Amino acid sequence: SSWWSHVEMGPPDPILGVTEAFKRDTNSKKMNLGVGAYRDDNGKPYVLNCVRKAEAVIASKKMDKEYLPIGGLADFTRASAELALGENSEAFKSGRYVTVQGISGTGSLRIGANFLQRFFKSSRDVYLPKPSWGNHTPIFRDAGLQLQAYRYYDPKTCSLDFSGAMDDISKIPEKSIILLHACAHNPTGVDPRQEQWKELAATVKKRNLLVYFDMAYQGFASGDINRDAWAVRYFIEQGINVILSQSYAKNMGLYGERAGAFTVICSDAEEAKRVESQLKILIRPMYSNPPLNGARIASIILNTPDLRKEWLVEVKGMADRIISMRTQLVSNLKKEGSSQNWQHITDQIGMFCFTGLKPEQVERLIKEFSIYMTKDGRISVAGVTSGNVGYLAHAIHQVTK
Amino acid sequence: LAAYRTDEGQPWVLPVVKKVEQKIANDNSLNHEYLPILGLPEFRANASRIALGDNSPAIKENRIGSVQSLGGTGALRIGAEFLRRWYNGNNNTATPVYISAPSWENHNSVFVDAGFKDIRTYHYWDAAKRGLDLQGLLDDMEKAPEFSIFILHACAHNPTGTDPTPDQWKQIAAVMKRRFLFPFFDSAYQGFASGSLDKDAWAVRYFVSEGFELFCAQSFSKNFGLYNERVGNLTVVGKDTDNVQRVLSQMEKIVRTTWSNPPSQGARIVATTLSSPQLFAEWYDNVKTMADRVLLMRSELRSRLESLGTPGTWNHITEQIGMFSFTGLNPKQVEYMIKEKHIYLMASGRINMCGLTTKNLDYVAKSIHEAVTKIQ
Repeated sequence: SSWWSHVEMGPPDPILGVTEAFKRDTNSKKMNLGVGAYRDDNGKPYVLNCVRKAEAVIASKKMDKEYLPIGGLADFTRASAELALGENSEAFKSGRYVTVQGISGTGSLRIGANFLQRFFKSSRDVYLPKPSWGNHTPIFRDAGLQLQAYRYYDPKTCSLDFSGAMDDISKIPEKSIILLHACAHNPTGVDPRQEQWKELAATVKKRNLLVYFDMAYQGFASGDINRDAWAVRYFIEQGINVILSQSYAKNMGLYGERAGAFTVICSDAEEAKRVESQLKILIRPMYSNPPLNGARIASIILNTPDLRKEWLVEVKGMADRIISMRTQLVSNLKKEGSSQNWQHITDQIGMFCFTGLKPEQVERLIKEFSIYMTKDGRISVAGVTSGNVGYLAHAIHQVTK
Repeated sequence: LAAYRTDEGQPWVLPVVKKVEQKIANDNSLNHEYLPILGLPEFRANASRIALGDNSPAIKENRIGSVQSLGGTGALRIGAEFLRRWYNGNNNTATPVYISAPSWENHNSVFVDAGFKDIRTYHYWDAAKRGLDLQGLLDDMEKAPEFSIFILHACAHNPTGTDPTPDQWKQIAAVMKRRFLFPFFDSAYQGFASGSLDKDAWAVRYFVSEGFELFCAQSFSKNFGLYNERVGNLTVVGKDTDNVQRVLSQMEKIVRTTWSNPPSQGARIVATTLSSPQLFAEWYDNVKTMADRVLLMRSELRSRLESLGTPGTWNHITEQIGMFSFTGLNPKQVEYMIKEKHIYLMASGRINMCGLTTKNLDYVAKSIHEAVTKIQ
């Protein structure tokens, strides 16, 4: 007999599982609107030119393969902090922060979650927006924390339930942890406007909450890195010492290279040093030290003026294509004769769109049209092209008319 | 941190790695898309094949699984997290975990952070005889509660460099089988220790042939010199396909909340190398180069100490294997080495053999001689 007889078969991962089902489908018209990976207008993965150039630089330098420090590549972590906080940020210039390299967004979130479990003794509760990225819940749970929710998405309007959010947040017990999506909320694409962010900041400050920002789409949302980081920077300026997770998977297309960072804004540089030492103690028994390749590519791009400029153009290009697909989807739906209100598709921002489709409708899209998405009706707009947007509109109309 | 050094004291990027990296860089069909959660399939299959052997009955019977991990540490952590959740009941944090005395210091942290509450040591290093305390080890296994987990070093024990002989491994396996103890191998030096992949995997393969279900955390940091790419693999050997599939499905869940999916660069290099007969041969050669240099430094150091007439016996230097050697120097002697001779070793007397070169052998030997004769 086996040690493992009682081990249950785990359920297939809902997000990455969509791609696997898509791969098995033989329909030539199939569309993968599941996993959030950018595709160009031919539906192909896009390796950024600035990434290729950075790789050429790396190849020419013939560097060794020695271990990185536990906290990662210093040029990368510093540039990452500067990208998020802004070069004129008082927190950045004074050095009252610590940034460690993490395994893309997931790894960075997990470092933060483990850190909170060990050192944030005021509360075990993490408040997530309803809904949030599916992996947030198991990450925090596996780290030993508990999950709560605040209202966020209004399914009636497919937009932000601001009064609901404010109402819930104003009642969160003091010194709890609240997670906020910095921009391009996943899965809804619904972001607060700047005036709304200001009110959120005031409330969060009043309730003395620990703010955890998840920023996986800086630059990728609006096309402007400063605009996408506005909320993070505003909160810090208001004296809220946030903690932050960043990912370079989407905005630099470095998905499989796992480039990310975790930052803690501290009272001063001395506190930052102490926090850093504890983060290293958490990281070492997870994987010792992080992988170099992705961080080095990102670092070269961020720290080389020409490549940084090129990157800003390319990330805007990706954001613009997505915005254009949203527009085309709505106009195609109108052409199909749909009488539904699809304005939310263009109001929402970023890679994802909460279509408002119900599970039964999603099921039909998958089974009858080979259009794959997650059950919550979320589509990855990046998977839409000028070549298939018509088919998508047609299919959506068929299941919603 | 411990890494290989050439005779010039420099880091060494393996020639085969440079070649394969160039190949990857020139391949425009490659992109940076996400790997599957469990990693690059070609990497996983090849990595486990290297550990278990081409003719492994477990592979033939399709009862093995692999999880690409962030280095050997990552593989240990995924295995530990799985065991804490699913081994010996559900979420049984009380299952004792036994780690050798001494061991790599991170072993303890990995299992503590995975949630185990009862971490113990088993006898291993006999300081008096400068060798394996086999009787102490076997006694600990006899006394260990049934189902305890034992972390075993597959070869080139870190930090002592002292491995059980095949005969001793057989005795260890017999006790573990009788007492239902779980073997979790840490294999960080396959090939790097003796120069032979098969020889360095003998213990793991023996346990498999004895019908054990086991885990083997593999690192390709040293034998591929890919330290900073974090290339590791957790090999799972089970009773049958069905059990292994369920285990992997649960490991996927653990991976998803830890790093989602692993980094692609290092796995591509290893997979490309291992799946090409020619590149594999070149790699084997590179590994042998590293192993041979370390073996040479061992024999040269020993012969110098014996020529100098340094008090004590020094055969342990060549009997030990791998990157490290437990010299037998006591803390005071170590302090002398560091302060007076600027030779850095751990307080335990552990020396990194990779730090020895033909240029510094005389100096190191003389310094050890001084330390041993001047300081008691």
